[in-house]
Parts: sequence; C-alpha cells; structure tokens
Amino acid sequence: MQKLFPHPYLSATLLLTWVLLMNSIGPGAVLMGGFLGVVIPLLTAPYWPEHAAMKHPLRLVAYIGLVLGDVVVSSIQVAAIILFKPVDQIQSAWICVPIDLPSPEAQALLAGTITMTPGTLTADFAADGKSLLIHSLHAPDPDAVCAEIKSRYEARLKRIFT
Amino acid sequence: MSMVTEILISTLLVISGVFGLIGSFGLLKLRDAMQRLHAPTKATTIGVGAALIASALNTWLIAGQVTWHEVMVSVFLFITAPLSALYLAKSHIATTVDRSKIPPTATKAPWAELRRVPKG
Repeated sequence: MQKLFPHPYLSATLLLTWVLLMNSIGPGAVLMGGFLGVVIPLLTAPYWPEHAAMKHPLRLVAYIGLVLGDVVVSSIQVAAIILFKPVDQIQSAWICVPIDLPSPEAQALLAGTITMTPGTLTADFAADGKSLLIHSLHAPDPDAVCAEIKSRYEARLKRIFT
Repeated sequence: MSMVTEILISTLLVISGVFGLIGSFGLLKLRDAMQRLHAPTKATTIGVGAALIASALNTWLIAGQVTWHEVMVSVFLFITAPLSALYLAKSHIATTVDRSKIPPTATKAPWAELRRVPKG
C-alpha cells in the first residue's frame, strides 16, 4: 500500500484536480483522475523521498482562510504604496528571518505564504533551512516584519505540522 | 435580479482592471529589480482574483452552470506565483545584486544561492 501510494495526499489532490478540470464526476473523469493519482506520485517519488507528517490537516483550512484574507488586505496596502508614496520614500529592506520548522514541506509553505502576502517576498533559503531571506517593499522597521511573520504564520504552521 | 448581478459582475471587472493597471504602473515607477518584483505579485493577485470571481458568477448566475475552473485557476496561480518570484529573486541574487546589503543567516550556514560550490 505504502509502495503503491507514496504520497496519499498528492494522489487525492490529483484525482480531485482532474475531476474539477473535467467539471464532471462521470466514470471517465474519475478513472483518468485515479490513473493520474497513482502514476504521477510513483514517477515523482524519487524527487520526494521523505514523507511529510501533517499532524493536524484540518488546521490547514483555517490557515488558508487567514492567508486569503491577508492577501486582499495587503494587496490594497501595496497598491496604496505604489500609487501614493514618492519613490525616494519607499524604504526597501533585506530581512533575515530565522525559522525553526520541522520539514521542507512546512518551510516551502511558509516561503510561499510570505511571497503571496503583501509587501514581502521570499528571495532565498539558507543552505541548512534555518533562515529565510526576505525582501520587503516598504519596511521602516525590519524587526517588526520579522516578528509578525514568526508569530502570525510560522507559529500556526508549527501547530499544523507538529 | 439580473440587473443586480450585472452590476456586481461589472464592478468586479472594473476592480480587476484597476488593480492590474496599478500593478503595471508599479513596474514603471519602482526603481530596482527587487522592488519591481513586488508590484506584479501583489497588486495583480487581487486583479486576477476579481476577474475569476466575476467569471464564476457569470457562469453561475447568468448561464446557470456551476464550474470549478476558476477555483483551479486560482489554485494554480497560488502554486506558481511564489515559485516564479523565488527563482527571479534567486537569479537576481546570483548575478546583479549588491551582496554587501544582504544580511547574514541566523546560523553559520550560508544562503543557498551564495554558497561556494566546488567546481568539477
């Protein structure tokens, strides 16, 4: 079972994706989706050898809701900065955020969240996965940005994965 | 009823256009490459999102069908946008950025993009 489905979440996601793309739940769509859900994880397994332990998957739903809300608010803030702030008053900064997340999957989720939320962008990882290099569009106080990322997103991700 | 839905859909389309325009204006106005990377990833997200909601409402309320394609488009957008931004930033760091401005990591390990790879 473990050999046939190295990543059960990925298999389920692929099946769901195919059914939604076909926009039907007929036997053809489900069969093809099931086929993709078995074959793609098997073919990509060598590139994803470890198994992500997501202890509380339901909390991920609440997390996605929080991030979506933040995306709207922050898009408006960034739009205001672009429109109304004189170019020489925009204080961009590189920020190093020390992180302590258990798995590469959690680190990737945090990095993606940072890029999608307003005003910040993940630019690089540290070679040991313990820090993220972030570029902030307008950060008069870089430490506050770092603290907000740690308390708002990293703490929640930790609770999902451990 | 159809008047209300049409006004709602048109409002969403106007919002989408305005945010798309702001994102493109940001490309013109901002100064360095990293700043310009912010404009399209952020302001455009809401622009595309509003257009997708308008499209979903249109097929649902006017054509009378429910489609999930808009949801899939936004999911793919949320997967690909951070990755393309990350790789643009990484190639920028590898080539043109002023490295003295990049802070050190929290531990002793170097940034993945700046580490010395042995040749050969």
